Amino acid sequence: MVTLSDLPDQSRADRTPPTPLELKLRRQRRVSSAIRYVLLIVVGLIMVYPLLWLVGAAFKTNSEIFNSPWFWPARPTLEGFREGWETSTPYNFGHFFLNSMWIVIPKVIGTAISCTLVAYGFARFEFPGKKILFAILIATLLLPDVVTRIPQYLLFRELGWLDTYLPLFVPSWVAGDAFFVFMVIQFLRAIPREMEEAARVDGANTAQTLIFIVVPMLMPAIISVCLFQFMWTMNDFLGPLIYISSVEKYPVSIALKLSIDATEAFNWNAILSMTVLALIPSLVVFFLAQKSFIEGISTGGVKG
Amino acid sequence: MAELQLKSLEKKYGNGFKAVHGIDLEVQEGEFMVLVGPSGCAKSTTLRMIAGLETITGGEVRIGDNVVNDLVPGKRGIAMVFQNYALYPHMKVRRNLSFGLKIKRQPKDRIEAATGEVSGILEIEELLERLPKQLSGGQAQRVALGRALIKQPEVFLFDEPLSNLDAKLRASMRVRITDLHKRLRDEGRPATVVYVTHDQVEAMTMGDRICVMKDGHIMQVADPRTLYDRPANAFVGGFIGMPEMNLVPAVLTRDPDLRLTAGGQSVAVPDGLAHRLGIPDGAVTMGLRPQHLTLVAPGSDGAFDAKVVNVEFMGHEINVHARLGDAVLVAVVPTGGMGAEVSRGDLIGLRPDGARIHLFDAETGKNVSLTNHH
Ligand SMILES: Nc1ncnc2c1ncn2[C@@H]1O[C@H](COP(=O)(O)OP(=O)(O)OP(=O)(O)O)[C@@H](O)[C@H]1O
Ligand SMILES: [Mg+2]
Repeated sequence: MVTLSDLPDQSRADRTPPTPLELKLRRQRRVSSAIRYVLLIVVGLIMVYPLLWLVGAAFKTNSEIFNSPWFWPARPTLEGFREGWETSTPYNFGHFFLNSMWIVIPKVIGTAISCTLVAYGFARFEFPGKKILFAILIATLLLPDVVTRIPQYLLFRELGWLDTYLPLFVPSWVAGDAFFVFMVIQFLRAIPREMEEAARVDGANTAQTLIFIVVPMLMPAIISVCLFQFMWTMNDFLGPLIYISSVEKYPVSIALKLSIDATEAFNWNAILSMTVLALIPSLVVFFLAQKSFIEGISTGGVKG
Repeated sequence: MAELQLKSLEKKYGNGFKAVHGIDLEVQEGEFMVLVGPSGCAKSTTLRMIAGLETITGGEVRIGDNVVNDLVPGKRGIAMVFQNYALYPHMKVRRNLSFGLKIKRQPKDRIEAATGEVSGILEIEELLERLPKQLSGGQAQRVALGRALIKQPEVFLFDEPLSNLDAKLRASMRVRITDLHKRLRDEGRPATVVYVTHDQVEAMTMGDRICVMKDGHIMQVADPRTLYDRPANAFVGGFIGMPEMNLVPAVLTRDPDLRLTAGGQSVAVPDGLAHRLGIPDGAVTMGLRPQHLTLVAPGSDGAFDAKVVNVEFMGHEINVHARLGDAVLVAVVPTGGMGAEVSRGDLIGLRPDGARIHLFDAETGKNVSLTNHH
């Protein structure tokens, strides 16, 4: 980290005339912090350039995209957006956004509620078989996704849930995301129990303690869970690809791929424009929740 | 307000560890009972069983006329103040205070009146709109106190409420709590209090009675004066009092005069002690409070000769450490007189106050010098 203390201290310099050694040290410090900043800026630019290019390219014409690696469009045009929004299907892109919301909203809400409940149970209560159940929970974390794809598919087919959104969000309603449960448990473990005990002494029952005391204290963690779930679900490609077969029900992630259709010439600017649009919800949500989010992922989260 | 009774109360933790071994304790209505003892002696465990935060594995807890073993904490008529305040971090002080009443669905105006009254008593009116993290330790503890007070419980439970505060604040909070207790008593709604601490100053200054615990057993329950003057056993003798009581292995002989031998020196048992002894001869532990040893010339009658190993000047008095056999005795002597002259390496005489020597059974630690004294 570069901090203020790395910079030469002006006030002190005014008071006593610096010795040659001090001058040398100060110069060295200045040079080293300059190098650090340059390095950070360069690496930062490299990381962010593809994103900048994506945004720029969305405003380019189809031919310009391949002619210039520079991100700034020569003649900005909204062509791509207009074309992309209309899509080659009977539905416009707004429809697909709405479809995404039908998946994302129930999933995020379900995850927040179920993970909090399960984590509260694991972190605060003793019950028979707790150790084994917790081990199973962690084991599902370690299980690669692909292993469960086929059995899950068969299960949902038997239930008659194919080509519906149910397979995409119902598992989250029953705390199917072990990672989030684990995250909330860890957060909860760092919160002293006294507050909950005080609430019980105050006459609150288990549910009231959870709602009035635990959930508010867990808020940073819950917001992080919601945020992750929102972004991951928005970006999930494989899930909808497997379970959703009618175009009418496609979410954004699949709809984007629709534009890359073998029968037409690729309209790259249309695809890129819609990609930019698809990024916006995640970005907006992230920046809205940024403060709590950072509190949530930095461990502990409770101030003394 | 009601009395509190523990009847052969036991606690065995899930890991098989037995923390509380069937203790009996009766706290009168309006009494300030202090539970004191070294760390790990199960003070908190006992208190938490009373509160209902820890399951009871044997015996019963009675508050007023009810056995409360199976009641949830909220139904026991208790309020608790925790060591780390345990204020609800996301609620303003006002809501922290009123949370319990809200849960009990008290009418709004009654909640408001109670909040006003309690914050007046504890002088926290200006803090009502603050969050707990905006409070100092002392203020936070006052709010925690208010949260207990507002419920007007049958029994107040405190678990080392002052140990997170600095020495000065601790002293003033101590006075505040005892004042509050007296005030409630004067107003005709006496509060029964169980107060856990490991600080004997708190115990002695605050308690109507003190319950000294060790390893899940009760060693003695008595008022501060009795505890100090008539400790039931060597543990209580050593635990209460500053500096600690000197506990010296000794032998009591009777041939035919009673004599005490310690560190190779034999001293005639003073009159004050002799008539209290109803025991046979044998090995004992002699308990001598530093304040009850008088500095005399070596070789004096009824005194043990000891070699000074350290002298601590305390300002108002002097602590003289002197070796007698294998033991080092501490004597507290006035700054004037002989005490001013002794220095390391000197041979001195230490004469115990016969009326205040305690003899404890060498095996059981029981005080055997209380017999005829009531
Ligand atoms: N959950 C638990 N499981 C097993 N043993 C426990 C548990 N809680 C406490 N103990 C043990 O019970 C004994 C009493 O603990 P307790 O917390 O009541 O002591 P204490 O007198 O309050 O000590 P302190 O002054 O340090 O607070 C200790 O030996 C402790 O190790
Ligand atoms: Mg304790």
